[in-house]
Amino acid sequence: MKSIAELEEIRKKTLEQINMRKNNERLRVVVGMATCGIAAGARPVMNALLEELKRRNVNDVSVTMTGCIGVCKLEPIVEVINPDGSKVTYVKMTPEKAVRVVAEHIVNGRICRDYTIGAEEGK
Amino acid sequence: MRDLSLHLLDIIQNSIAAKAGKIITIIYANKLDDELGIIVEDNGHGMDKEFLDKVTDPFVTTRKTRKIGIGLPLLKSSSEMAGGKLDIDSARGKGTILKSTFKIGHIDRLPLGDISDTFVSLIAARPDIEFELKLDNGEKSFLFNSFEIKKKLDGVPITEYEVLSWLKEFIDEGVKTIFGGVLNEVDS
Repeated sequence: MKSIAELEEIRKKTLEQINMRKNNERLRVVVGMATCGIAAGARPVMNALLEELKRRNVNDVSVTMTGCIGVCKLEPIVEVINPDGSKVTYVKMTPEKAVRVVAEHIVNGRICRDYTIGAEEGK
Repeated sequence: MRDLSLHLLDIIQNSIAAKAGKIITIIYANKLDDELGIIVEDNGHGMDKEFLDKVTDPFVTTRKTRKIGIGLPLLKSSSEMAGGKLDIDSARGKGTILKSTFKIGHIDRLPLGDISDTFVSLIAARPDIEFELKLDNGEKSFLFNSFEIKKKLDGVPITEYEVLSWLKEFIDEGVKTIFGGVLNEVDS
């Protein structure tokens, strides 16, 4: 049974880590989570992003959701936004693609060009 | 939508769009009445009567990108095809309360789906909103409140991955305890 006592353990453990961290948000990841996105599978994509960021211990990236981005046929859509506002838009995402975006783009700084809206629209 | 947890995620987005600070979800399943219900109550900006009357019309929406919105019409149809219905009550400035029901044993009733995934995604994305979840089977109930957890965490963000993993398991256990043996798709 999950207990609140366990939560206290997590609190103690993470508090130490948080104190060592620099609080700069390096990137913001936004998942389109309107009816179109959800029906197309945005929730597993978002959870895959969270899982992979956790697995790789990435702490300077936030993951959030937004409404309809306006190109429902290309959902699930994930935007990776730099602090200066410039962004990369990934379309037709899957949990597998999300894992690759975390590894290549978010961790190693190489944009996964074949998943971008530009590549998809150019087909 | 493939299951009720996805419908729930979708309609809660409406509460978020209505700038709600607190969103209460109640899921109840009563085997005796063969009724499963989802109630979502928010303190967002609400709707006036004119908008409320036509809100399940797919050609009515508040969004600007296009002139259709199918979140509520889809939920309405999922309810109705499983012998239930969708009721919405709202007042401008007060908030909205939505109730969607289903016959548990109806062959077209959608499965519950992954309720914990829905809440973990919502909390990860919007830790500033107070999410409350109550599960009830007529005998026992389970209560979860994201702000209560926040208080316990005392300074550690609720969006920490470790905390989110704990939340997922905590809600999963709640679903199993309350709906195991009540809904066929949930193992007891």
